[in-house]
Amino acid sequence: MKLSYYPGCTLKNQAKNFEDSTLCALKRLDIEVEELSRWNCCGTVYSLTTDDLMHHLAPIRNLIRAKEAGSDSMMTLCAMCYNTLKRANERVKAEPEDLEKINNFMYREEIDYQGDVKVLHLLEILRDNVKPETIQAKIVKPLKDLKVANYYGCMLVRPKDIGLDDPENPTVMENLVSDLGAEPLDFPYRTECCGSYQTVDNPDMVVDRTFKILSSATSRGADVIAVSCPLCAFNLDHRQRETIKKHPEFKTIPILYFTQLMAIALGCGIDDLRLDLHYVDPKPILKEKGCI
Amino acid sequence: MRISISREKIHNSFVEKVQELSGQNLLDCYQCGKCSAGCPSVAQMDLLPNQIIRFAQLGLEEELRNCQSIWVCASCLTCNVRCPKGINIAEVLEAIRQILLRHREDRVKIEDMTTEEKCSVPPIALVSNFRKSTS
Repeated sequence: MKLSYYPGCTLKNQAKNFEDSTLCALKRLDIEVEELSRWNCCGTVYSLTTDDLMHHLAPIRNLIRAKEAGSDSMMTLCAMCYNTLKRANERVKAEPEDLEKINNFMYREEIDYQGDVKVLHLLEILRDNVKPETIQAKIVKPLKDLKVANYYGCMLVRPKDIGLDDPENPTVMENLVSDLGAEPLDFPYRTECCGSYQTVDNPDMVVDRTFKILSSATSRGADVIAVSCPLCAFNLDHRQRETIKKHPEFKTIPILYFTQLMAIALGCGIDDLRLDLHYVDPKPILKEKGCI
Repeated sequence: MRISISREKIHNSFVEKVQELSGQNLLDCYQCGKCSAGCPSVAQMDLLPNQIIRFAQLGLEEELRNCQSIWVCASCLTCNVRCPKGINIAEVLEAIRQILLRHREDRVKIEDMTTEEKCSVPPIALVSNFRKSTS
């Protein structure tokens, strides 16, 4: 399997912690990926109207890039990129007429897209291709005593035929976190939307969600929340500033990408974690638990 | 809320357009309410998701055009996943948004946003918000 790595816009700036921790962790696991050359923004959301082929161009163009790189699979980390790219891919595979229109519109591309690149998320690559024993053998610092509440949000698990796990009771993150030596905690809002793009013009709604989702996890004893989406990370982490103002009794909790947990366990340095990009500082709890 | 129902409304072109853009058959819905029960945005909604489907079935174009619900929807797809009839309610809300946006009735005016506002959120938030709230 030749894997092209598709970062998406935010992983190069506000979510550089997601990218850097991933690349270090993958190196430790001997999983080779190559960043896609000339990738463009995927569009962030999959257009839900039946007639909107224009907004499927961006995802398909990225799949052409993967094909040009000689890859049969594209790895994403951001849940929204995963969802948008995969839905567009499945759409054109199911509707050859739409694929033809899209290829014709992008006539200046050197090749036509044939529907033969797979869109994969790192969580499913690990689950389906890497034995737990392989990961455990490479662990340098098991995350003992760290209680992790895994937050999936929406785009990893919905809609049913696109999601990488069950939309109501996914387990892939819990299993990974267990393999890393940590203790996964269940809580009822693992797949409840964080508010997503409402954070731009309706941030108060996100504040209420953040309050609900995180209070539920902290009341069950979570030390950290693990996420896989830069928008979830922004909403659950940075919007804690507004959440404390509105709910003074709110207990803050650090938000980490699942790959940061992997990086710590696999022995990556603190520079690969980019903890400076967080609002709620994860260092105190990580030091307390002996993780860093 | 005073609502008037008529045969003309039920057969109007707005309903047809909503069905065409959403790809959903509105009459499949039997108002079980699971979509509304699962929707995380209901606290801010004036019409609940199941009510939006009902209003669309009845061709109540004015009420749908003016509701706040379609703009506080976060497209989380919980409604779609829980509907026992397999109706994509999120697609119906997107269709109503698009009917308005395609006539430049934007919810968010980018030109009115300050640089500070635009810089206060990551790119993923701006792009997705503008896709859903602007033309």
